[in-house]
Amino acid sequence: MKEVKCECGHVNPHGTVLCESCGITLIEEKAQGKLHDMRYEGSARRSQTYNKTIIDKIWNFFSSVKVGVWLIVVTLIASALGTILPQEMYIPTIMTPAEYYEDQYGWFGKLYYQLGFHNLYSSWWYLVFIASIGVSLVICSIDRVVPLYRALKTQRVTRHDSFLKRQRLFGITHAENIDETFEKVKGNLRAKRYSIREEDGNILAEKGRFSRWGPYVNHCGLIIFLIGGMLRFVPGMYIDDIVWIREGETKLIPETDGQYYLENKGFTLEVYDKDKDNQAFSEAIENAGMVAKNYQSDVILYKKIGDSVAGEEAKLEKVKEYDIRVNEPLKFEGFALYQTEYKLDELSSMSFNLVNKSENEPLGNLKIDLNEPETKYDLGNGYSVEIMSYFPDFEFNDDGEPRTKSRVPNNPAFVFKMLTPDKPDGEISFVAIQQTVEPFGDNEYQMKFAGIETKDVSGLTVRKDLTLWLFAVGGFIFMVGVAQGAYWNHRRIWIRRKDNEIWVSGHTNKNWHGLKREIGMILDGSGIHEPEDQLQDE
Amino acid sequence: MANLSSNLLLVAFILYLVAIPFFGGAIRQKKGLQKEKSFEKWAKIGITITILGFLSQLGFFITRWIVGGHAPLSNMFEYTAFFGMCLVLAFILIYFLYKTSVLGLFVLPIALLVIAYASMFPREISPLIPALQSYWLQIHVSTVALGEAILAVSFGSGLIYLVKAIDQSKRSKSTTWLEVIMYSFVAIIGFVVITSGFAISDYKATYNYIDKNDAAATMEYSMPALFGPHEWEIVNKGDFEPLLEVPAIINAKKLNTVIWSLGAGLILYILIRLIIRKRIGALLQPLTKNINLDLVDEISYRSVLIGFPVFTLGGLVFAMIWAQIAWTRFWGWDPKEVWALITWLFYAAFLHLRLAKGWHGEKSAWLAVLGFAIIMFNLIAVNLVLAGLHSYAGS
Ligand code: HEM
Repeated sequence: MKEVKCECGHVNPHGTVLCESCGITLIEEKAQGKLHDMRYEGSARRSQTYNKTIIDKIWNFFSSVKVGVWLIVVTLIASALGTILPQEMYIPTIMTPAEYYEDQYGWFGKLYYQLGFHNLYSSWWYLVFIASIGVSLVICSIDRVVPLYRALKTQRVTRHDSFLKRQRLFGITHAENIDETFEKVKGNLRAKRYSIREEDGNILAEKGRFSRWGPYVNHCGLIIFLIGGMLRFVPGMYIDDIVWIREGETKLIPETDGQYYLENKGFTLEVYDKDKDNQAFSEAIENAGMVAKNYQSDVILYKKIGDSVAGEEAKLEKVKEYDIRVNEPLKFEGFALYQTEYKLDELSSMSFNLVNKSENEPLGNLKIDLNEPETKYDLGNGYSVEIMSYFPDFEFNDDGEPRTKSRVPNNPAFVFKMLTPDKPDGEISFVAIQQTVEPFGDNEYQMKFAGIETKDVSGLTVRKDLTLWLFAVGGFIFMVGVAQGAYWNHRRIWIRRKDNEIWVSGHTNKNWHGLKREIGMILDGSGIHEPEDQLQDE
Repeated sequence: MANLSSNLLLVAFILYLVAIPFFGGAIRQKKGLQKEKSFEKWAKIGITITILGFLSQLGFFITRWIVGGHAPLSNMFEYTAFFGMCLVLAFILIYFLYKTSVLGLFVLPIALLVIAYASMFPREISPLIPALQSYWLQIHVSTVALGEAILAVSFGSGLIYLVKAIDQSKRSKSTTWLEVIMYSFVAIIGFVVITSGFAISDYKATYNYIDKNDAAATMEYSMPALFGPHEWEIVNKGDFEPLLEVPAIINAKKLNTVIWSLGAGLILYILIRLIIRKRIGALLQPLTKNINLDLVDEISYRSVLIGFPVFTLGGLVFAMIWAQIAWTRFWGWDPKEVWALITWLFYAAFLHLRLAKGWHGEKSAWLAVLGFAIIMFNLIAVNLVLAGLHSYAGS
């Protein structure tokens, strides 16, 4: 497209409304009204200039702030909808989500579920809104930042009369000793930290120009943040797993390529004690009943050394000992282990005495590790016990057959074969908690329950998140950008001599009262009148 | 020490109360002509008392911190009272930027309401559960409160704008909505009056009911039960019989409190209207006579500009850092988190509308009101109703 040469000699890009250099009006119909629209310095924005091809149309759509605001508002409302009922990830897993929502919240819950609101934040349409905000951010920023940069960089000190007159703050003063006055004003401007440029005896005083880049900087930060969010979907960038380790147990940490092992030395749950802890808490503790004070797993982290063949016991080297508490995860190699769950008093071993029912004298004792039971226990003197079947989490299935629900010893049951000198073929007995079944008629011998031992189990979340640094960088840049745009403003004061008149115009991108007050102080005692606010009729 | 702490809060409350009429005096004096000595004197006294009140409340905060061994930001009472304190701080800050007494006349009463509201929650010092045992508690919560307080000043000045700008000579949508805002203030007074009234008379009634998991449970009311819990039964003969029964998923006791407060607010509001014989907005309008609309508009915008980054830092950045440490992930779509996001998006929209679409004046003032409503929703409704991980809950 053609470029536009201004009468001042500056060459402006096609579509420029106010000459980048002298500020004269180039496109009259876009600069109507008593005052100039100074938002983008009347520069040539692509979106305001071209509207022919599909690309132009898409560009214009996304570069419009109106569209941007709509996208933000729609996202905001959608987000609110997701908080009416709990999201799927927060509901208990006692039944399927479909059943749960209907059971708990009736027809409304059912509708909520059917509309997909139970997983709103990962729904495709929610992500489309977020993505559109991202696209809009990129396009609108590019649309504005380049022309704005050009306009601010090429601006001349001496502006065209029409430009000065159509600023919001504008005033004319008749003066005699212009040179003297100017020196004084310049001193005041410097004291207010304005940078001053002079040309033909006219002044352009400017400060805080960098604040104009604030929005663009913060939008960059947001974009980086959104990219971080997209990276989440790349496999391997984000790991979310949980490992359950019993006290005394050493276990491979999942997702570490078989490299790291963790030993759980012990789990502690502490509650506040109304007598021992801070007396100030006693009333609160009494009202609440029980208040948790600490969840802690004392662990040792090991790293495997050398290569071990599958099945062979890995050789481990201690890396560090650590007490994992809430708010104090164990970190290593980009991984973090968090104290998130626990289970108290899980059965760990059961012991039995073998007795002759008629005598009730123990003939031998066996202790069964419920997580690794042996197949045969030799009790000496010719007595031994075989475990024929083991059901760690016993129940009867629909056909009345015994089976196990899980591998966790919640409700252990055994089929024992008791081998004794007088019954060398053995007697069979089914033993579960509180019950004994003798399937082949009355036995002479019995496995008599002698006690249990329990252990706590720590549930540790295994987390690796290689995208965090992007979020951190994005967040940081965003904060820098908003602070830049919010805590500074871009103020300009043009002072121009015209015969024996002094013209003063002022512009700021925000906080006009602040600018007016400042101009008041700068001109104070100089004999120049404060410029009028042409927007205020009072 | 715990006693001293409570007394300091009371002193602060009284000082704020005393400061208000001085700001009133300051604007009245202004009528004569500006820069009159006596006007400055009134305003000076007002702001001095406000600062003393602030220091007293700071004393409350510090002594309570010492007694409890952790920053008092860990339950509804503590957080809300702290929010009230930040509101006063934000007011002091903005006052020194713009020197407008009328702001004190509107913002201080809001701060008083906030503190009174806070005091209705259980006030004992509670120990910290493991998730809260982190210095991020102090960093995150105090920054959020400060950010929200600065944003609330924008509401205060937006309100001044509306009170002045809305034409009270005839009824319109604007006058009605303005009255809705006034009514919500009155309803908070209603809540405070009703709650403390029944607390003083030590009202208690217990009901057996069936909870949402079909289990038998009991609920103790501290106000007569207009709404009874699901399948309620009276435990002590002679207790008040609930008028209505609610389904199990609704917390009958909270609903009951809300209805009592709204009702009391309504009665109070009607009484006020009968006495003053005009809208509350019209009653307040003369207070704003000497104020420059452009100025309050700018104060409102400026407060959003100052508050938005602070809120972003506290409510999103620090929040995410802490969530990553305490809950293994920096973002989990918990209702409180989502509402912080909503607040943030809302104010982002506000800034864009203002900057790019030129929404100034009345439109911008209504937006400031809406923003504050969202903040209050997050503080009150999300804590009490939508309660997720963040629930300070209480009752
Ligand atoms: C969540 C998303 C967004 C946030 C948090 C955000 C934040 C901001 C902030 C804080 C400002 C500075 C405002 C001021 O200083 O008063 C700003 C300015 C701006 N934003 Fe955004 N923004 C977002 C999305 C968008 C979108 C989608 C668009 C695209 C249409 C957009 C276009 C602009 C423009 C054009 C400016 C003003 C530049 C100027 O006039 O100097 N923003 N944004």
